[in-house]
Amino acid sequence: MGHLTHEESKKVANKIITILAIITIFEVAFALLGKGYLIEGFELPGVLIGGVMITLSIVKAYLIVFEFMHMKYEAPGMAKSVLIPTLLLVWGVVAFMWEGSDWQRRRTQVKTQNELKVDHKIGALIYNSQTKNIRG
Amino acid sequence: MATETLEHDNMTNHPVGDGKWEGGGRPFKASYGKLMMWYFLVSDAFTFAGFLIAYGALRFSMPTWPVPDFVFSTLPGGIEHKPLVFVTIMTFILLASSYTMVRAVQEGKRENKRGVVFWMLLTIIGGFGFLGCQAWEWSKLIGEEHMSITSNPFGTHTEAGEYLEEDGHHIKKGDTFIAGESYLIHAHDGHSTPIKYKVTEGADAGKTKVQTKGPRAFGALFFFITGFHGFHVLSGVIFLLIICLNAATGLYAKRKNGYEMVEKIGLYWHFVDLVWVFVFLLFYLL
Repeated sequence: MGHLTHEESKKVANKIITILAIITIFEVAFALLGKGYLIEGFELPGVLIGGVMITLSIVKAYLIVFEFMHMKYEAPGMAKSVLIPTLLLVWGVVAFMWEGSDWQRRRTQVKTQNELKVDHKIGALIYNSQTKNIRG
Repeated sequence: MATETLEHDNMTNHPVGDGKWEGGGRPFKASYGKLMMWYFLVSDAFTFAGFLIAYGALRFSMPTWPVPDFVFSTLPGGIEHKPLVFVTIMTFILLASSYTMVRAVQEGKRENKRGVVFWMLLTIIGGFGFLGCQAWEWSKLIGEEHMSITSNPFGTHTEAGEYLEEDGHHIKKGDTFIAGESYLIHAHDGHSTPIKYKVTEGADAGKTKVQTKGPRAFGALFFFITGFHGFHVLSGVIFLLIICLNAATGLYAKRKNGYEMVEKIGLYWHFVDLVWVFVFLLFYLL
């Protein structure tokens, strides 16, 4: 705000809140549409929904931090001292989600391995087809 | 001497570019309070990230997860099966209160006491509105649906089938379902009563099975993350009240620093809104 007059900053605030509201409505509508609530039998792939949602949320975060919290008007050094640690944090979140999906893969693997039985007569491993793994 | 004074920092009388490490100048041209508020928010972001990491890692490690559109689909007044509507209202309340906060800071910049108090009061009302919504949502989940930090009555089918019993609510005998469909195990007289169904597809076709509860961690993650956020909103409302009172009594007008205290609580309030953007994304949208 430092470089703007009162009237100008009022206009900026009005513009930003309108954009934020539109993005939120769009996100909700897109989620409902993509998951098949709006049009019978119409669905979008989960990856697309997820990608759009995450991108729009980052846009919202940018608008809140840079406009509402005036990060745009702070000294560049200060902006960096706040933003760089936060960006590293984003990698932390991504890495742990990645790790989480690997836990699931290995859990499924252990489950199928446990179901293997050794048939001593023919000397082979037999997969018990009666027990399906949890997700199929 | 006169020419030399021109090259000095007006505030500290130290030579320009020298003396910042002696405590005279302002690093990053920001006041101590504002800078420390920013660093507090960074540390708070790390705390929230810890929660969100736990949520993400556990969710990805489960073969099924409660479908948010099914779990959060009720509105006050007995309206059901309206996914996302209530939480969108909550999001808008918080966004609106963020806007009123921006307006309060702007009025503070031009030393308009009435404006500051007026917009801060609206922000406080928004904060209470959000807390009220959250209280309703929690009481519904705890009181009616019996979700707790150790038990999650929301399950998801992994195969198609047909119900053999009725649950006394929406499910009737003979109702069919497909894989991926969610259900809620209702409790009667304090006991959860999962019902039986017959599998109609896949390797287990023809077998009779009983509804199982969903991932246990769901309730704990939901209550701790939204609870921690709600606690931030609550403490934010308390600080807003204190600062609004101080502004009304003219305390900040005397300081003549453009209501900096309002600006600092504003940073905190926007941060709470920012965290909600991600809680909204992870818990309700995805």
